[in-house]
Amino acid sequence: MATLWFCLVAIMLAGYVVLDGFDLGAGIVQFFVAETAQEKSRVLKTIKGVWDGNEVWLLAAGGTIFFAFPVLYASAFSGFYLALMIVLWLLILRGISIEFRNSSSNPLWQPLWDTGFAVASAMLAVVFGVALGNVVRGVPLDSDGYFFLPLWTNLVPGKPAGIIDWYTLLVGAASLLALAMHGSLWVVIKTEGTLQERTRSFAAKCWVGSVVFTLLTSIVSFFIQPNLIKQFQSHPWGVVFPVFALVGLMGAYMLSSRRKDVGAFLASGLYLVGMLTSAAFGVFPNTLPSNPTPDLSLTVYNSAASQYGLIIGLYWFIPGMALAMTYSFIVYRHFAGKTG
Amino acid sequence: MNSALGIDRLQFAFTITFHYIFPPLTIGLALLIVVLKTLALWKRDESYNRAARFWARIFSINFAMGVVTGIPMEFQFGTNWAAFSKTAGGVIGQTLAMEGVFTFFLESSFLGLFLYGEKRLGPILHWGSAFLLFLGSWLSGFFIIATNAWMQHPVGYVTGSNGQIALDSFTRLLLNPWLFWQYWHNMIAAVVLASFVMAGLGAFYVLAKKSAEYGAIFVRVGVIAGVASTLLMIFPTGDGQGRMVAQNQPVTLAAFEGLFETTKGAPIVFVGQPDMDQLRLDNPIEVPKVLSLLTYKRWNAEVKGLKEFPRNTWPDNIPLLYYSYHIMVGLGTIMVAIMALSAFFLWRGRLRTTPALLWILMLSIPLPYIATMAGWLTAELGRQPWLIYGIMRTMHGASPRVSAGNGVFSLLGFMGIYMLLGVLFLFVVAREIARGPEIAEGPNSSAPENYGAPARGENQ
Repeated sequence: MATLWFCLVAIMLAGYVVLDGFDLGAGIVQFFVAETAQEKSRVLKTIKGVWDGNEVWLLAAGGTIFFAFPVLYASAFSGFYLALMIVLWLLILRGISIEFRNSSSNPLWQPLWDTGFAVASAMLAVVFGVALGNVVRGVPLDSDGYFFLPLWTNLVPGKPAGIIDWYTLLVGAASLLALAMHGSLWVVIKTEGTLQERTRSFAAKCWVGSVVFTLLTSIVSFFIQPNLIKQFQSHPWGVVFPVFALVGLMGAYMLSSRRKDVGAFLASGLYLVGMLTSAAFGVFPNTLPSNPTPDLSLTVYNSAASQYGLIIGLYWFIPGMALAMTYSFIVYRHFAGKTG
Repeated sequence: MNSALGIDRLQFAFTITFHYIFPPLTIGLALLIVVLKTLALWKRDESYNRAARFWARIFSINFAMGVVTGIPMEFQFGTNWAAFSKTAGGVIGQTLAMEGVFTFFLESSFLGLFLYGEKRLGPILHWGSAFLLFLGSWLSGFFIIATNAWMQHPVGYVTGSNGQIALDSFTRLLLNPWLFWQYWHNMIAAVVLASFVMAGLGAFYVLAKKSAEYGAIFVRVGVIAGVASTLLMIFPTGDGQGRMVAQNQPVTLAAFEGLFETTKGAPIVFVGQPDMDQLRLDNPIEVPKVLSLLTYKRWNAEVKGLKEFPRNTWPDNIPLLYYSYHIMVGLGTIMVAIMALSAFFLWRGRLRTTPALLWILMLSIPLPYIATMAGWLTAELGRQPWLIYGIMRTMHGASPRVSAGNGVFSLLGFMGIYMLLGVLFLFVVAREIARGPEIAEGPNSSAPENYGAPARGENQ
């Protein structure tokens, strides 16, 4: 049962990254590609009706971890305290920048919020990557299952550990490039004309960067977290997850160059899901690996809630998420098509 | 307050208090917008639709503020209250996760459709999106209150050998008797707040002779909703909530009333200052026997005083609790009077021509904000020294590894950011009020590109 919830949490997080990932990517596109205030407004409009719903996936994923893995929630949220506070502030900045951008006609107003939107989006993309890097690398859990990490120490993944080191930064950079690509492919679907063309070539550049950093991160990860190799050796079928990522990444390029824009966007979504599920698979059965003492790791067995709670959870979670998907379907259909 | 625990408490208190400026208006307005949309359909009067569009703009600004200040609330359970989350996550995680799954998706999806989709949805479906928005915000309140009600009055749980609390009965969690009264008392208070805001802003438009026709609609809808909700707030919901406290947290009731000695025929105190050194109430202005009557329906019933209970179970900030409770009740009573008087004048058709009363309505807008804030303080301070009543003390709930220094960092960060947010909110709302309801265009006209909150009407 706990393993099932581990999978559901992974799906929720993957859903968040695929959906809000393109909002964050759009923020990056808006900064690098859109030149005039009018173009920036067009980029923003591509996510205007949907970004809030996408962000909800993060909250729902957080809530799911809270009730299914309370020990993990308590440990990870307090241990990554500083990083999470910064995430909160960036989420506030992004939300306000999107919602209040058009609230004044003063010529200084819009550039201010456009910059806020871009900075918050780019930094969130990096911080989420850094967070993933931390989960793969592991954290110095104590015997009570808690830890606390400073933002950085000596930038080396070892003792004394920090949230930011060269490895987690590498994952952060990969995340930034991947989400920039993902967001560009979204904006390409939703726009026309020269803005679309420039975004398409920006996506191609991000794609090259993503390939380089994906390979680099993947190789380094096997050295940083030995559990990855063990998992893939003992359960070779798990290789499908990295294969998904690879197919998605290749597909994104091929479909984009043939102007199959929707296909390219979905392929990049597949790539993101492949990367995340690979990481989740590689970490399993840990939910938060301990580094340097693997015996103290939080696992699906020692961090889950009671059996009764987990079963009850299924009764409302499945219909609840089915409803949520229905709303999303209605909203995306309503806002389908190019934005003016 | 310079310990890590003190910082954690201060940060939670600060962020929840700031957050709670916004949800009551969202919850109350969601209902009033459905009322306006219904009137538009029923009376086939486009001015109600325009009124709804104006309030939808205020709603969306308020909603955005509620969202961005709400996310830190969920996170802080884990970041600052890790020991509590670890112990109780198996129970309260259920209701919090249900809020995410059942209401956040609903609200965020249909807010977008409601704000930008009027033209394409048509009147019936647009009414539907307003209704779903109402449903989402009221359900959201339900899950949050369910969480708080469990902390006030834990039910349906078992404590495991590892000290963690596990859910034992899902139905008892959702049918918690405390939850019923607390939920309706909160929701009704939210309607009171939205009614005062609507009537008060309407009074402003009438008095300023600007969009006066819309102002009159706002006053009418606000006063009718206001008189109904202020009465329901006191009876039965406030009364029911009070009896819950009397039955389950008698020491809290004694602290509410500043009652130190156990008394037969206990008086109700209007004004007075709790003296925590002498353990008595200074300068009391009171009416004898009324507290006994209200609590136990008998004039001479015995009400237990604080001295009856061990000192380590007393709420740890009795003066603040006492004042919060008295401010809530006092303002509640004043609000009933204002709305009853306004409703009487409205019924006689003299409200629009009675500037004094319109002034009172306009200047009363802050009252329900203060009262709802005081209400939350009453609930939360009243639960002290417990985090989960009778099970876990607040001092045992904080994150063991988060130091005071790191706590101060985030607390100061929140203070700075929220100050900016507050200024921004007032600026943006003031702008909407200045633009007024008249330029709330019909669904077929388009808003100028560079002007106005979320571009209305024209969606793509």
